[in-house]
Amino acid sequence: MADGIRINLISRERMDGMSPDEKIHFILSEVMGGKVLVLEEGLSPVEEAELMQRTMASIDHDTFIGIEIQGYYNPNDLRAPFLRRVFQRRTPPRMTVIGPAAHLKTIYKDGEVIQALILTDKPYIEGKEIWKPPAVQPTKA
Amino acid sequence: MHRAEVVGYTPEPVAVRDLDEREGTPFFSRISVRSWLRRLFRRKNIKIGIYGPPNAGKTTLANRIAMDWAGEVVGSVSDIPHETRKTKVKRNISIRYGKRSLSMDIIDTPGVATKIDFHEFVDTYGMSEEESRQRAREATEGVIEAIKWLDQIDGILLAMDVSEDPFTQVNITILGNLEARKLPILIIANKVDKPGTDPAVIKNAFPQHTTVPVSALTGYNMERLYESMVRHFR
Ligand SMILES: Nc1nc2c(ncn2[C@@H]2O[C@H](COP(=O)(O)OP(=O)(O)OP(=O)(O)O)[C@@H](O)[C@H]2O)c(=O)[nH]1
Ligand SMILES: [Mg+2]
Repeated sequence: MADGIRINLISRERMDGMSPDEKIHFILSEVMGGKVLVLEEGLSPVEEAELMQRTMASIDHDTFIGIEIQGYYNPNDLRAPFLRRVFQRRTPPRMTVIGPAAHLKTIYKDGEVIQALILTDKPYIEGKEIWKPPAVQPTKA
Repeated sequence: MHRAEVVGYTPEPVAVRDLDEREGTPFFSRISVRSWLRRLFRRKNIKIGIYGPPNAGKTTLANRIAMDWAGEVVGSVSDIPHETRKTKVKRNISIRYGKRSLSMDIIDTPGVATKIDFHEFVDTYGMSEEESRQRAREATEGVIEAIKWLDQIDGILLAMDVSEDPFTQVNITILGNLEARKLPILIIANKVDKPGTDPAVIKNAFPQHTTVPVSALTGYNMERLYESMVRHFR
């Protein structure tokens, strides 16, 4: 479809080769260009916070209102025995979907499922308005 | 409605984040060294940040704590999101529970969001376009400031509205940052006075943390919160 929304599934290897700065730059430029990204391995909490800051700095209120981002909560096991906590590798971040807030809306999530809607016909999403589905493609998370 | 009052707001110099620096093992994290040193010398109050999404009731909570222990208000409260757009610091709040006490600076932060749409202020809250654009612009700056302050705090009250979905990226990211630095976290399940809500939803979402159900509006269960703060933030 010529005027659909592109979904790019980004492998862990692709992101592994980038510095944190490069990752954030890559994600923001893709999303600001209208793409939805599904990252096989998401960002670290520090990188996520940085992405949020740079997103805010990139909002211009007419063409870009920000991002929708959703991954899984993935803490290190704080209740594991002390020595295991000290020596265990940090649990890697988990699958994450990121897109322009005007076109991506996560509608359901729990500890195991993330459901998102891709909106193709609206310039922006109003607060509480119920969205009527014209051309919906739910992404599989 | 509380009147806005800027209490001792000093923008502290914020180090430019070095993204790579924190990615290593958290075992020798400089933050735990810092808190250990502070405990040794007892010079400064610990800084407790109140964080969460817009409208969670952060300022209502900050006002209640400051009212209960210092008789003062921290900031203005509104049902319109992004009411707080500048971080406010209320210094030297001492709370007591039993024989224990805790002296802290409370930091009320702007709600953290990943999108801000000025149309929402126009359509849902009937603000003028000019006012809405201004509010949205200030809100983006507020989010940046709130995130920068994450580096300065020693502990967090992460406020969530019990009637809202707890699994948001904002909550997950804030938790992840504090967990990585091994800082003490209390999750506040706020607005339990709303009918039909169940704080167990938040508890079950983040089982490895302590969740305290309160109503910042009515004051319900604040004693329990003070007890938890004195225990957690030492
Ligand atoms: N029912 C109920 N409403 C509450 C409670 N706490 C806060 N509110 C209401 O929630 C709305 C938002 O409260 P604020 O304290 O301004 O929320 P905030 O988290 O500081 O919001 P921002 O500064 O915009 O990020 C206001 O209308 C408050 O009256 C509560 O415990 N119960
Ligand atoms: Mg506020």
